[in-house]
Amino acid sequence: MASTATTVDPRAGAALERLGRWLDNRTVLSVLFMLPAASLLLLFLTYPLILGVWMGFTDVKIGRPGVFIGFENYISLFQDGVFLLSVFNTIVYTVVATVLKFGLGLWLALLLNHHIPLKAYVRAFVLLPYIIPTVLSAIAFWWIYDAQFSIISWALTQMGLLDAYIDFLGQPWNARWSVIAANVWRGIPFVAICLLAGLQTISPSLYEAAALDGANSWQRFWHVTVPMLMPILAVVLTFSVLFTFTDFQLIYAITRGGPLNSTHLMATLAFQRAIPGGQLGEGAAIATAMIPFLVGATVFSYYGLQRRKWQQGSADD
Amino acid sequence: MTDAVKEVKADATVTDSTGMGYLQTVPRRLVTLYLPLSIFLFVLLFPFYWMGVTTFKPNDELYNFSANNPFWVRNPTLANIEKLLFQTDYPAWLVNTMAVSITATFLSIFASVLAAYAITRLRFKGANTVGLLIFLAYLVPPSILFIPLATIIYGLGIYDTNWALILTYPTFLIPFCTWLLMGYFKSIPYELEECALIDGATRIQILRKITLPLAIPGLISAFIFAFTLSWNEFIYALAFISSSEQKTVPVGVLTQLVEGDVYHWGSLMAGALLGSLPVAIFYSFFVEHYVASLTGAVKE
Repeated sequence: MASTATTVDPRAGAALERLGRWLDNRTVLSVLFMLPAASLLLLFLTYPLILGVWMGFTDVKIGRPGVFIGFENYISLFQDGVFLLSVFNTIVYTVVATVLKFGLGLWLALLLNHHIPLKAYVRAFVLLPYIIPTVLSAIAFWWIYDAQFSIISWALTQMGLLDAYIDFLGQPWNARWSVIAANVWRGIPFVAICLLAGLQTISPSLYEAAALDGANSWQRFWHVTVPMLMPILAVVLTFSVLFTFTDFQLIYAITRGGPLNSTHLMATLAFQRAIPGGQLGEGAAIATAMIPFLVGATVFSYYGLQRRKWQQGSADD
Repeated sequence: MTDAVKEVKADATVTDSTGMGYLQTVPRRLVTLYLPLSIFLFVLLFPFYWMGVTTFKPNDELYNFSANNPFWVRNPTLANIEKLLFQTDYPAWLVNTMAVSITATFLSIFASVLAAYAITRLRFKGANTVGLLIFLAYLVPPSILFIPLATIIYGLGIYDTNWALILTYPTFLIPFCTWLLMGYFKSIPYELEECALIDGATRIQILRKITLPLAIPGLISAFIFAFTLSWNEFIYALAFISSSEQKTVPVGVLTQLVEGDVYHWGSLMAGALLGSLPVAIFYSFFVEHYVASLTGAVKE
């Protein structure tokens, strides 16, 4: 490239070479290489994050710029029964769904860790709920939970276990359990496949050694599997808690927060107040109110479990 | 226990990788392994089966469980799919979703490759901090960002266009892809690049001719994961798009196919099924890459 240019015009060739050398400078190249990612993230992630906190302190509405009103949004939110209910719902939803996802996901991972025929296919099918767009599978759950044509109610009445159809989405607690079940259904594959990857790194000789020392299967699970899984468990738990806490799609598709706001999560309430309701400031305040919970949950699940890392003998990382 | 020890000694062919599975008897395996596994598979896959069955059912079968076995279709019909394709904006939603997902994915991978290379190989001052910040960016959920982002999108004049989504999806794609590719780049021996440097290659030549070809499995993983994440995205598409023909499949199915209190379950399920098929097919070709990227990102 440079040599052909030299034959045409030596000065242009020299300039091109200088440009080439300048481009090969580590600092210049680093800046150039970081530019696309950094500009996109700064403009569409960092800036909105700060703007969102600011908007929480203003009374901005759709089509009308707001003025700074201090903590007024937060004060009115803490006297707002719907907001407090949504905080309660979010905590119940996150805690119950996470416990179930990890209990069942770990069980499934342990099952998949056995030698089973067609293992690759089984694993591929297990992951299916995770890759199918959440909203689309949520619509399937909506139909499964239909008050009149629910296939679950129908099957149970046919088996003689039930007299009347279950009103899945009409009663507050029924609706909460229903959306939690849908969330667990979607979350199990992710947990199971990640933990399976962790299980596969545990050397079988550890189990054999434990068995020779007289450990029964429960002791082998508790004293070999669990500590060895802890690092990966901590990461998966952090992600899972974070995404369950801020869940939006599933609730919006199945119940839209009803009945009587009993399934409203903080994210769905923020959307409802901000976009259809037009109260951008109030919505931003609700969204900002999630941040302390998120930081707390992340610190708790990550560092709470990482504490045990020294047991695997990696003190320095 | 002593029996087990004897067995280990007797059966010298037992390799390290089989572990202690041979200690389990067949009936025991049936109850503790195959039974719970089948229940898991049934529960995890049933909603898809139900989606498929509902799609092909005519209305009289759909709402009459007593005369027909609801688990099977007696007179399959394509009416629901036909209605979806010819009486709604569904084809436009499919095109939008495809266009947005592919453009956002390519944009993110381009930015991520450069960023990951700069962080792992150029090792500029503060590279580790930048790497950590990018990981933290992945932990910022869209539910917190969509309200301020909506005002930014509106201010940029791209509200209700595909660009609103193409430019915002990278906020969760770039952190993920960069993190994934950093792991791949680190696994490529640095000596290869040193050789090329000594031979007089420029950094850009090294990236193009040495690092990228070696990182192809990583690039494929990142591409697949980014594509499915974009196809899945909901909250931005719901908040930044208002006119029906600009919507993506998940948003369109949920907001346009429900008319008042009447739910056309047949066409709703058809919409869900058709919207899921492209990702499912795509996924079936690259399962291994998908699993690798999922677990690779977590293990880092």
